[in-house]
Amino acid sequence: MNEQLDDMYREVILDHYRAPRGSVPLQMFDITNDGRNPSCGDELEMQVKVNGNTVEDIHVGCKGCAISIASGSMLAEIVKGKSIEEAKRIAQLVRSLLKGEEVDIPDDMEDIDALQGVKQFPVRIKCALLAWVTLIQGLDNYENGHAAQGTTATTE
Amino acid sequence: MQTNTQKNQAVTKKDGTPECRLDHAVIREDFPILKTEVNGHPLVYLDSAATSQKPRVVINAILEYYRKKNANIHRGLHFLAEEATAAYEKTRQHVARFIGGVDPSQIIFTRGTTEGINLVAYTWGEENIKEGDEIVITEMEHHANLVPWVMLAKKKNAVLKRIPITFCGHLDMSNIDEIITEKTKIVCATHMSNVLGTINPIGELAEKAHAVGALLLADGAQSVPHMAVDVKELDADFYTFSSHKMLGPTGVGILYGKREILEAMPPFNMGGEMIDQVYFDKVTWAELPHKFEAGTPDIADVVAFDAALTYLEELGMDRVRDHEHYLTDYTIKRLGELPGLEIQGPQEAEGRGGAISFTDPDLHPHDISTFLDSKGIAIRAGHHCAQPLLRILGKVATARASLYVYNDESDVDRLVQALTDMRRYFGV
Repeated sequence: MNEQLDDMYREVILDHYRAPRGSVPLQMFDITNDGRNPSCGDELEMQVKVNGNTVEDIHVGCKGCAISIASGSMLAEIVKGKSIEEAKRIAQLVRSLLKGEEVDIPDDMEDIDALQGVKQFPVRIKCALLAWVTLIQGLDNYENGHAAQGTTATTE
Repeated sequence: MQTNTQKNQAVTKKDGTPECRLDHAVIREDFPILKTEVNGHPLVYLDSAATSQKPRVVINAILEYYRKKNANIHRGLHFLAEEATAAYEKTRQHVARFIGGVDPSQIIFTRGTTEGINLVAYTWGEENIKEGDEIVITEMEHHANLVPWVMLAKKKNAVLKRIPITFCGHLDMSNIDEIITEKTKIVCATHMSNVLGTINPIGELAEKAHAVGALLLADGAQSVPHMAVDVKELDADFYTFSSHKMLGPTGVGILYGKREILEAMPPFNMGGEMIDQVYFDKVTWAELPHKFEAGTPDIADVVAFDAALTYLEELGMDRVRDHEHYLTDYTIKRLGELPGLEIQGPQEAEGRGGAISFTDPDLHPHDISTFLDSKGIAIRAGHHCAQPLLRILGKVATARASLYVYNDESDVDRLVQALTDMRRYFGV
């Protein structure tokens, strides 16, 4: 069990948890979406600034457990500077990864690999998913012309 | 084989004075599951407020029932049917004695506390709550004693009023006469909070309710397992609790009600067992308590619940309370040694039970629970089915350690050590 514990709380996870990236709220943003995890009470606020087709900046403010905070921090680090399309592709990839599907993790996203330890704790998978499903929903809303504030509740 | 006198013999304090406490080491032997090893550590079970563990006598009683007595109750005219019926009714009589000596016909078996409250809301509530009437609850209710009343109030256009809590986690009774008024029809309150541990003044609330012609329903899920309860002395109109939190099997709850109120209420579930005469165009109801027990109940678990009641009586409910009072005091003091750790609810053992919620300034309760589990320690983390209360406390979740007869200082010491290790592990 201590091995399993260490596998979930890998050093890279704890590093993101202690100093989450993207934790500063943005002055200006084009997308905002809030995520909730009803079963454990995690709450997440996401803001995205878009420039053309690129995620120019992102804020992920998470009140939750180490896993949801670390996962949100990784998201902020990875999708900043990516195109909207690429950001969505990455978010779907993480979702597949956490659902136990075989996926190839790109070299510049090795932190994501650390999230795999969560799979041994089924009730915690949704903590790791929270930020990613909130991003997908937020980007979808933006592309469909609903840039207004939304709320995403993870039930998967 | 240990005798019961050994279980509850007086423990001598360090200064030589006797103390009414239970002999934890002897009691532990009666609970096979406590021998479990979890992640390489001996199990420390601190989640009895969610469900208690079961002594061997209860587990054996379930086996014994299926081996020797199994039949459907009340209907059959054969040997086994009579055996099963007698055993089932014996538990009812035992429960009636256990809560202060009421008539067994006032004891209705349900699936649990939740069903007991729903029964009252759907039958008594449906008939008696009208537009503009007031239903009074407290801010520390479990969803089981909250959601049925929220929905009833919505349906009937009634008003849901609440008794607030003080900063210290007690009910704020200072404006009680403005909350319980002539418009109040029922006051619904937990006897002991599952989050804060607070023991509420049910007797006083019953008096206030009766003074305006209202009824008092008490949720006793956390109180009956841990202290002597006399429903007549409290003058409660309804009192409901669960077997599984008091060493008994899951699937069995008890609703006690005053006779004239139960008799005037329509039935809850319709079907077999709860009828007197049935025609295609009319039906008459069975006498109490059968009017409220449609269908085949959880016979085996009701029968085995008798053994749990006997076990608790042999320990003595006053000694159970003393033991937990001592251990609650010890737990609060030890947790107080941890920097930044915040205990919710009353900060002293007086006036509270052994459900102790706490938060760490830097770590989420789910991370706390996962870490403790890796050390073999079972606690609860989350909103404890009391979201409105958690909002008032300003928390999204808390960690909760809860105590029972099989716990002692060594369990608390393991908890405190693990919480210390945890902060080092997470580097906070």
